Amino acid sequence: MTDTQVGTARPYPFGEPDRLNLHSAYAELRRQEPVTRVQLPFGEPAWLATRHADVKVVLGDPRFSRAASVGRDEPRTTHRQIGTGILAMDPPDHSRLRRLIAKAFTARRIETLRPEATAIANDLIDQMVAAGQSADLVERFSTPLPIMVICRLLGVPHTDQGLFRTWSEAIVSTTSLSPEQIQEYLANLHGYMAGLIAQRRVTPTDDLIGALVEVRDTDNDRLTEQEMVELAAGLLAAGHETTVTQISNFMYVLLTHPDRLAQLRADPELIPDAVEELLRYVPLGAAAAFARYATEDLELGGVHIRAGEPVIAALSSANRDAEVFDDPDELDFARGANPHVGFGHGVHHCVGAQLARMELQVALRTLLDRLPEVHLAVDAEELPWKSGLLVRGLRALPVAW
Amino acid sequence: MTAPETRWRLHVDRDLCIGSGICAGLDPDQFTLVGGVSVATPAPVPPTGAAVDAAESCPVEAITVRDAADDHLIAPEP
Repeated sequence: MTDTQVGTARPYPFGEPDRLNLHSAYAELRRQEPVTRVQLPFGEPAWLATRHADVKVVLGDPRFSRAASVGRDEPRTTHRQIGTGILAMDPPDHSRLRRLIAKAFTARRIETLRPEATAIANDLIDQMVAAGQSADLVERFSTPLPIMVICRLLGVPHTDQGLFRTWSEAIVSTTSLSPEQIQEYLANLHGYMAGLIAQRRVTPTDDLIGALVEVRDTDNDRLTEQEMVELAAGLLAAGHETTVTQISNFMYVLLTHPDRLAQLRADPELIPDAVEELLRYVPLGAAAAFARYATEDLELGGVHIRAGEPVIAALSSANRDAEVFDDPDELDFARGANPHVGFGHGVHHCVGAQLARMELQVALRTLLDRLPEVHLAVDAEELPWKSGLLVRGLRALPVAW
Repeated sequence: MTAPETRWRLHVDRDLCIGSGICAGLDPDQFTLVGGVSVATPAPVPPTGAAVDAAESCPVEAITVRDAADDHLIAPEP
């Protein structure tokens, strides 16, 4: 049992995100103090869980609540509250909304989108190849692919992406945008979605937004108007911000691990396992976020957590836990079982996980198949990284082939 | 004489399960993760909304809820 005083809380995050390198403090904490007291830039002090087993308890055990964050000064890396809407609910409220969208994202439904995603990926590469010998992969491939797929699924015209691409940054921004810009962009995104909803009340559609409108208008109790707008806008924004970022992150890792890249080229059947390993290996989050509040006194990692205290689960640290993964800092496509928590765990497990998996598999397969000689067009040290976001990602990824 | 109470039989297909933990979070009385894979209570259970939520929320449709008496499918919806 550790009895840590609030005064000893470590400042968290441990430092500015450094490309895709996980801070060494996580490994030390996993060994020596797996549940530790931290103070984030905003909000009340929190506990930080760094081991795989403890992280799964915080995310999966109903004694931890997201709904209890409402009205609290939640620990966070930005002045605003980031986990709102469905992300600030517990079952059964959460289930009511989740069930409305979960069906559209099952592995079976997502698999039907794979041919179209593959066609889009090939089309994007056709355009890149027709234009020359090099291109920015972020702009020409990683960004448009997930946007066109999520637009198709939701029923959003992808020709509007000039609008919502700008606004979507608001959902992952910490300091990249001013508080006023974040407010403005979110309002624009919600207004845009309200417009698409209004169209469907005139002309029903068989896409996901159309399905939500039908539920809302036939069964008032299942979905409020505001919930519907926020849910649809959240899916549009989250549906591409994260995958856009990960396609380029994955290609960056492969292009800077030539042995692994050669292995995938030689055996493309490894791609699904490679995607799981990259989901484990790449720390997408700039810092752990979305605190869960204990609803009763409990023990976690040898520490006594009191009812009402917030705990933050470090997914990226759990994914490097040597108790679960041999040689956790090695990129190994032959691990077999890979119980990473890259999509989270428990009731808030990423609803788009199967979509992201499919898109990442299609992206890697198509790139390696169509551009067998693909390589970085600049020195890896010169690549520009984004900052002020909840996620780590490249501003540009110049490649040649 | 009272009518026999309805009971449901829950099942998780271990080959499909990806261990997301959604069901165990929704209905911890009936679903437990064992070795990273969900296992449902083997004996028939009283009907609850949480079990239906679990079957309807599973991302790989690994969970079925059936009437223990006549085996008809209660969840998930096709």
